[in-house]
Amino acid sequence: MSISIQSIHKTFGSYTALDNISLEVPDGSLTALLGPSGSGKTTLLRIVAGLEFADPGSGRVLFHGEDVTDVQAGQRGVGFVFQHYALFKHMTVAENIAFGLTVLPSSKRPPKKDIDDRVNELLGLVKLDGLGKRRPHELSGGQRQRVALARALAIRPKVLLLDEPFGALDAQVRKDLRRWLRIFHDEIGLTTLFVTHDQEEALELADQVVVMANSRIEQVGPPQQVYDHPETPFVIRFLGNVNAIKDSRNPEAPIFVRPHDVSILFAAEADPATDRLARVQHLFAAGPVAKLSLRLDDGQFLDAELSRQQLDELGLDVGDPVAVRMQGASRFE
Amino acid sequence: MANRSVTTESALVRWLLIGLAIVILTLFLLLPLAAVFIEAFRRGSEVFIKALTEDAALSAIKLTLLAAGISVPLNTVFGLAAAWLITKFRFKGRSFLLSLIDLPFAVSPVIAGLVFVLLFGARGWFGPWLRENDIQIIFAFPGIILATVFVTFPFVARELIPLMESQGSDQEEAAVTLGARGWQVFRHVTLPNIKWGLLYGVLLCNARAMGEFGAVSVVSGHIRGKTNTLPLHVEVLYNEYQFSAAFACAALLALLALLTLGLKSLVEHLSGHSAKGH
Repeated sequence: MSISIQSIHKTFGSYTALDNISLEVPDGSLTALLGPSGSGKTTLLRIVAGLEFADPGSGRVLFHGEDVTDVQAGQRGVGFVFQHYALFKHMTVAENIAFGLTVLPSSKRPPKKDIDDRVNELLGLVKLDGLGKRRPHELSGGQRQRVALARALAIRPKVLLLDEPFGALDAQVRKDLRRWLRIFHDEIGLTTLFVTHDQEEALELADQVVVMANSRIEQVGPPQQVYDHPETPFVIRFLGNVNAIKDSRNPEAPIFVRPHDVSILFAAEADPATDRLARVQHLFAAGPVAKLSLRLDDGQFLDAELSRQQLDELGLDVGDPVAVRMQGASRFE
Repeated sequence: MANRSVTTESALVRWLLIGLAIVILTLFLLLPLAAVFIEAFRRGSEVFIKALTEDAALSAIKLTLLAAGISVPLNTVFGLAAAWLITKFRFKGRSFLLSLIDLPFAVSPVIAGLVFVLLFGARGWFGPWLRENDIQIIFAFPGIILATVFVTFPFVARELIPLMESQGSDQEEAAVTLGARGWQVFRHVTLPNIKWGLLYGVLLCNARAMGEFGAVSVVSGHIRGKTNTLPLHVEVLYNEYQFSAAFACAALLALLALLTLGLKSLVEHLSGHSAKGH
């Protein structure tokens, strides 16, 4: 089921949290809302869930063409996974998962046996078979995360919303769970929207990345497109390390170039039309990639990355003169 | 001195402090408590039992239980509602409401009683109207309930607000997205999370309701066998030089206090167990 967000505006007192946001989330996609804290991404997610309401008269939220702007959270049919899971700690895992079914009015509530079957099915789906009788505090972070997911899926939601799904986990679990979630999403095909501040996570996991900053959307697109063709200085800076080099042509708008897009040549091979002269200021060669800090002829610093092999071929040392060629550089004028 | 830590004082200072604490505890807490029970039984258990079973005493006990029985449930509901409102919503006047809840703690109970006399007494604001409609509040049972409810209002709310504040609204929001309606959210999610704090607040509220003297004294009128609660009865007996009877009733109140303390420790013990690992 697709989600359509149309010119949503949200203020908290005098603070604007969302400034005229419009976004299409295609049916069955895995979309990431990526941005630094305070960019408005969590507020947007909560508005889609119905936990927060946009400013009156500002815009609409549609699920598969149906207007849900004024529908209460409980009636929207969204599965929401909270950053810290928000499991009911006095209930067992099975009771947590069954909650959405047990609170249904008696006319709609499935018989107890059906609920039990559904809980077991979901426990299997999230690879937690046999843990139904445990309490949340007896589980690891990754397991709790999956209980929260199973609980959200129990009500057969139309869309799945995840708030910083891996934020509270340590690095290794994070990686495993990320991969697992991608496979899981491909299996069940549920339209999923998740919030993250980690660009690597968004680029690796999502079909569509929505970069947000200062209550606005900066850019929307598939990960590779957003990474290769950033449309604003914010996006290029946020998606990875980048050099911002000023030149004489337009000092207001620097050239952005990623360290791995900087080529290094012997100073004698420099082509004055494209290359600039620099000296090696610092050299860090532990690990597969060598990192160089270069000082350009006008005093600006430039970071570059090259393979160990390239470094050995060049035979560089601190203080050596080199020529640098910046490929794939972007300028926003 | 190998494992002496930086925060440890020398043995002399430690023993001095401990000794001081014991002396103060004995003088100000244990001795008075012991005195109450010793005085109560000074003239034998027969006098003790008689003092508690005479009509005026029985009526005072009944009135005290009734006053607590009505005001504690009322304040449990009020306290829950106030704590819910204050912790789960952000609105204008929130901090004002918070101060208002503390008002009964800040005002002297005697003043609280006087306010009710000013409002509902024969010469009070609503006095003439009340008289015309044949309703008596001051020097009657309703006045005692009003005073008790006022004085014991903050206990439940004060216990719950920090607790609910620290728990946040995540679980409630999760329940809402899963389709739970207001009452279900409260019953299945909020209440189980606050039950020990609630019980603790109710216990304290009950202890105060049974022991309240000042406010009730002003509005009760001290009509023997009619509007005397147990603490007021103790005072009346004492003023009439019936010391043994006065101490017998005081012992009953002290016993209630000890019982409350015992239950309180039990609640703390149980909640400590259930909170483990969370």
